[in-house]
Amino acid sequence: MSNVMALSDKHALSVERLTVAFPHGDQVMLALDGATFEVKRGEFVCVVGASGSGKSTLLNVLAGLDRPSGGRAHVHGRVALIFQESALLPWLTAAGNVELALELRGVKASARQKVAHELLNRVHLAGFERRRPHELSGGMKQRAALARALAQEADVLLMDEPFAALDAISRDLLHEELERIWTESHLTILFVTHNAREAVRLGDRVIVLTSRPGRVAHEVPIDLPRPRSLDSPELAVIAGRITDRLKHEMSNGR
Amino acid sequence: MWSNLWPKLGAVVLAVAIWQLIVWSGWRPQSALPGPWPVLERLAGDLRNLDFYAGIGMTLRRAALGYAIAAGAGTVVAILIARVKLARRAVGSLLVGLQSMPSIAWFPLALLLLQRSEGAITLVVLMGAAPAIAAGLLSGIDQVHPMLIRVGRAMGADGLRLYRHVVLPAALPAFVGGLKQGWAFAWRSLMSAELLVVAGNQTSIGTQLQLARNLLDTQQLLALMIVIFVIGVVIDSLFGAVDRSVRQRWGLLGGEA
Ligand SMILES: Nc1ncnc2c1ncn2[C@@H]1O[C@H](COP(=O)(O)OP(=O)(O)O)[C@@H](O)[C@H]1O
Ligand SMILES: [Mg+2]
Repeated sequence: MSNVMALSDKHALSVERLTVAFPHGDQVMLALDGATFEVKRGEFVCVVGASGSGKSTLLNVLAGLDRPSGGRAHVHGRVALIFQESALLPWLTAAGNVELALELRGVKASARQKVAHELLNRVHLAGFERRRPHELSGGMKQRAALARALAQEADVLLMDEPFAALDAISRDLLHEELERIWTESHLTILFVTHNAREAVRLGDRVIVLTSRPGRVAHEVPIDLPRPRSLDSPELAVIAGRITDRLKHEMSNGR
Repeated sequence: MWSNLWPKLGAVVLAVAIWQLIVWSGWRPQSALPGPWPVLERLAGDLRNLDFYAGIGMTLRRAALGYAIAAGAGTVVAILIARVKLARRAVGSLLVGLQSMPSIAWFPLALLLLQRSEGAITLVVLMGAAPAIAAGLLSGIDQVHPMLIRVGRAMGADGLRLYRHVVLPAALPAFVGGLKQGWAFAWRSLMSAELLVVAGNQTSIGTQLQLARNLLDTQQLLALMIVIFVIGVVIDSLFGAVDRSVRQRWGLLGGEA
């Protein structure tokens, strides 16, 4: 226990032997089986794993939406979660979505509009405040979702394959945007993806999960200088190695 | 706008033409089945008479009262059922049964229990509309995308706040659908009840209809039917407009908008 307390100064989140089981027919199926890792304050960590390796489950547990069956997952401070599909509330405008997050955080009604405007400005959505989600492109929706997450004033941002459905150019732009926001803030980011290049593009460190059930197979520190280019050969080499590892894990998982 | 209106106008013209053809065919004497023109003249005459509006007003007041209570009760019942898992299984099927039961079947009991015919009429309208409204809201709540619930919870909304900010708004389109259907049931139930009530100096549309029949005044009878039809169409299209604007705002309309 005292050990955990001592860690909490430096660590934004810690996952210890985390196991999550779901009922599957009359049996249980393990989504995560003893995953252990830590993320330091201000660190940008990417988690890669094949589909079904428990990445979403991991984030859901950290966000308090699912319960662990064993072990523990602890976040120091407030968390915000960004989902893969745009999870904006469709009946609210972009600004309305951000304002709701502010309202739920207890921000006064008189201040909300201004703060929402500033946040949307920060993700380059100025002028789109009054648009509804179905009137925004995929990239714009994820920008709005990012603004909404920022409105939660979280210490830790959990991102679940947020750019997986975007075209390459929008994704590139959002990588830059996210990196800039992270650099300007004290945010800790845990970013989940199945794309090794994206993980190497963004992460200070990449955690590779095993397949079905998920466990930490491997950790790779990424020392490439920022900003990185998705197309640089150095990045491709590291990503290639991680992809090989993933393939290996997937064939084991069969 | 015009492209919307033309087919409707065409349908009206067609219906009137068929009516006129039947009259011309001599199937029934003009005293039993008058043609469109005398009926419209009669309707025009009615519309210059203030008492006629008092009758329409009385009918619409009854509809509004019964419907308002039904909307309130249906909403509360649906939320309660949705909140309590056990209640859902028990009451859910009951709701389906009530919805398919013609609410006029409640009328004799209502007359015995409430004695006053006004209360009985309100009850029939209520029993007609409330199940459809409750069922609409309930299915809306049931069908809220689980992702939206997660989104709300991830933003820190729980319990009532989750309901207020996520579940109920997400269920609104289905709720409006239920309200629309509830109105249709309410209007039918009300007409049935008014036809059955035989009370003194009432001038409601249903009573006038019954009166016209007793006096063999088919012109008045058909004029009243037109009024009933028009009221139904107008209110239904109001609901239709609300329905469309909600679905538009919720991003549920396809490319047709
Ligand atoms: N609510 C749930 N109920 C049952 N099984 C689930 C649930 N959520 C996830 N799973 C299962 O757990 C495994 C991991 O899922 P998930 O965390 O979504 O993986 P990933 O995000 O890496 O694709 C999958 O096999 C999935 O079917
Ligand atoms: Mg996932």
